[in-house]
Amino acid sequence: MQSATLILLLAFMAVVSFYFGRRRSLAIVGGPSHGPVLHSLPGYYGYYVAIWCALPALALLAVWLFAEPRIIVALVVNELPESYRSLSAGELNLLINNIQNLASGDVVSSDIDRPLQDAAASFNGYIEKSRQLLAAISISLAGLGGALAWRRIRPELRARNRVEQVIRWMLIAASSIAILTTVGIVLSVLFEAIRFFQKVPLTEFLFGLNWSPQTAIRADQVGSSGSFGAVPLFTGTLLITGIAMFVAVPVGLMTAIYLAEYSSRRIRGIAKPLLEVLAGIPTVVYGFFAALTVAPWIRNAGESVGLTVASESALAAGLVMGIMIIPLVSSLADDAINAVPSAMRDGALGLGSTRSETMTKVILPAALPGIVGGVLLAVSRAIGETMIVVMAAGLAANLTANPFAAVTTVTVQIVTLLVGDQEFDSAKTLAAFALGLMLFVVTLCLNVIGLSVVRKYREQYD
Amino acid sequence: MSTERTTLERVEAGLARRRRKELLFKLTGMFATAIGVVFLGVFFTTLIVKGSSAFQQTFLKLDIELSEAVLAPDGELDVRYADFDGLVRTALRAQLPEATSRVDRRALYRLVSVGASYQLRDLVATNPELVGTTQTLWVPASSNVDMFIKGDIDAEADEALRPLSDQQISWIRSLDEAGRIDMRFNSALFSNGDSREPELAGIKGAVMGSFYMLLVTITLSFPIGVAAAIYLEEFAPKSRWSDLIEVNINNLAAVPSIVFGLLGLAVFINWMGLPRSAALVGGLVLTLLTLPVIIIASRAAIKAVPPSIREAALGLGASKMQVVFHHVLPLAMPGMLTGAIIGMSRALGESAPLLMIGMVAFIVDVPGGFTDPATALPVQIYLWADSPERAFTERTSAAIIVLLGFLLVMNFAAVILRKRMERKW
Repeated sequence: MQSATLILLLAFMAVVSFYFGRRRSLAIVGGPSHGPVLHSLPGYYGYYVAIWCALPALALLAVWLFAEPRIIVALVVNELPESYRSLSAGELNLLINNIQNLASGDVVSSDIDRPLQDAAASFNGYIEKSRQLLAAISISLAGLGGALAWRRIRPELRARNRVEQVIRWMLIAASSIAILTTVGIVLSVLFEAIRFFQKVPLTEFLFGLNWSPQTAIRADQVGSSGSFGAVPLFTGTLLITGIAMFVAVPVGLMTAIYLAEYSSRRIRGIAKPLLEVLAGIPTVVYGFFAALTVAPWIRNAGESVGLTVASESALAAGLVMGIMIIPLVSSLADDAINAVPSAMRDGALGLGSTRSETMTKVILPAALPGIVGGVLLAVSRAIGETMIVVMAAGLAANLTANPFAAVTTVTVQIVTLLVGDQEFDSAKTLAAFALGLMLFVVTLCLNVIGLSVVRKYREQYD
Repeated sequence: MSTERTTLERVEAGLARRRRKELLFKLTGMFATAIGVVFLGVFFTTLIVKGSSAFQQTFLKLDIELSEAVLAPDGELDVRYADFDGLVRTALRAQLPEATSRVDRRALYRLVSVGASYQLRDLVATNPELVGTTQTLWVPASSNVDMFIKGDIDAEADEALRPLSDQQISWIRSLDEAGRIDMRFNSALFSNGDSREPELAGIKGAVMGSFYMLLVTITLSFPIGVAAAIYLEEFAPKSRWSDLIEVNINNLAAVPSIVFGLLGLAVFINWMGLPRSAALVGGLVLTLLTLPVIIIASRAAIKAVPPSIREAALGLGASKMQVVFHHVLPLAMPGMLTGAIIGMSRALGESAPLLMIGMVAFIVDVPGGFTDPATALPVQIYLWADSPERAFTERTSAAIIVLLGFLLVMNFAAVILRKRMERKW
């Protein structure tokens, strides 16, 4: 039986048991306003039975579906002839893959021989047996749980409290998913990164000047020893981030000032939503625009004044990324400016300073910490931005500060290393996780500092 | 007296300079605001200029003889093996008999898309009685012909530098004069999956992939996000643990999306063994990605419900859980739904994490379920943007227009929802 049908069936059983639970609670007291008083509303007795019916069965289902493939593969491997079982781990994995493909009727990458066919047949047999067993056990568990809970219904049973306790635990579980996500991110990048640093020393990764992640397939191959010095990636990321900030910070700040202080209500009503549209455009669209419109335009402009500009120049990616970040900077700057008490502003204006003097000499210094926090968040956004640089920046890891040259970034390298087929434990693939760890740690620091600064100074003036 | 005058004089002397500075500051602000707005204008104009032509496509009118001798040489028609290609070629040769040498003929055959024989096959498969008749059909032209008709290939350019030869261009012109070339609505763009041939490539596969992904995302992230928000806002004791969750959620909202892709690759694919490239895995990754957005929006919506409502319900004897589920939640629902729509529109535009979990494969078939190999609309844009053919650039812009259309509708729905349901207390 398919697991989806099984889940639907369990849901149906839960609905039915709700109905029976509710009816029994009413029957025990002889209908509403008769005999002994129920502790809870009748519906809660229904929920109580439904929870006992569905929850244990669903828990079993989850555990079963998680464990099933591992156990079945182990069983099938055990049945294989000796010559297969003595294969190396990698070859065995390939063999298991082939068996699974054969079992599900997909394309198989090796010759189909007798033992392989037997294994596939027994694989299918085990799957079928396991599914039948699962269906039988979970349905009887649901029935049993529902029946027991049904029998326990008494007028004095505190059904509402029990049900609310279960709901409370579900709410707690939902809110801990956020924590689990962070833990999952840290663990998944950390483990692979540690495996990478066992192959490549940490100092070479952090301080090496040469990045060419091609590892040799054969030991005697020439020129592909693979070097993992990530400094060119860091400088490339910084260059593009720097260009983006060079655009986004002044423009975003001045936009926020203009819209807050100078513009008429009508202009603000038009410009603000338009800038929000800018923030809502998917990054892949920015990337397309950077690669196909801005980059050729910059190249032609550069060549007409005699500059050599790479067709995937850092400038194109940085400029477009800067435009993308303008709304973020301007909205955070707007918050910071609005948090400055109006008494300070009125005081400065009352003393006869012009509006620009009030802004630059009074409000901006007071709002500076908040603005800096916002800029840190924007930097973190720029460092982690992927699609624009993947589409508009280059792949060559050049160590340069020339904005007209092609550079590559951390995110571009993560994408290039992981897109495509390669074995999972080569240094090349693991390097992507090491870069991911760097990216996560750096952006996490920037976010923590930026968020706390922004919040602290917002509260200070409240 | 004298100092007072000098002060006044000093102020007046500086006044012109200060006014100039003031004006300059104001103009700088205007200029900065204009940059964003002008970029937006340039952006949409180029997109529409580049993309609108992709909604039209060039078709050729051919008189195709569905001869029995070719289709069913041994008396039995098998549409899988019949030589429809040959029929199309014969029709082309009949149309332009001046192509006689092998080289010429090959150049001639390149005017028509391989889609023509698929179209013919489908026609015969559904109407086998047509065998033996001659049908006049509009079949798709190849992408180079399409580009030429749309004016993207310059006939004046050096012959070696353009994809069509002088000979082919003169054939196209003579076909055009005979009224056998026409621009029609490009339905292939909306009904086909991806293809290596630009004239046959469509976004249906990508749209369906995105649809399945968003279905997974919304069914998981909305209930979980709302539940988490309820717990944090209504039940969580003020403790270290709830502070930690709070900081954590705010940080997760700012983690680069590609890191979520790494998580998906390591956990869902390598550890749990879920299939690569599947919409299910993409949906799970996007769930984790949108969860912080939904939680933050839902908390704000719960906070906006006035405490008097809770107190009134508690005073009438409701339990805490009943207060939340019977009173707070329905009142906060519009705000939560708005947050969910915004989260979904972010998920729809996201592509970096999907690259990590293998959703960049070249997939021709339209996915029919959650575990089929699929791709998403933004990823399709990324794939097409990488293709060198001019015809794919046009289709990329068209796909972007479609994507932005979806986003526009979603955001518009969120705005309307907010306007309609918003309550001032």
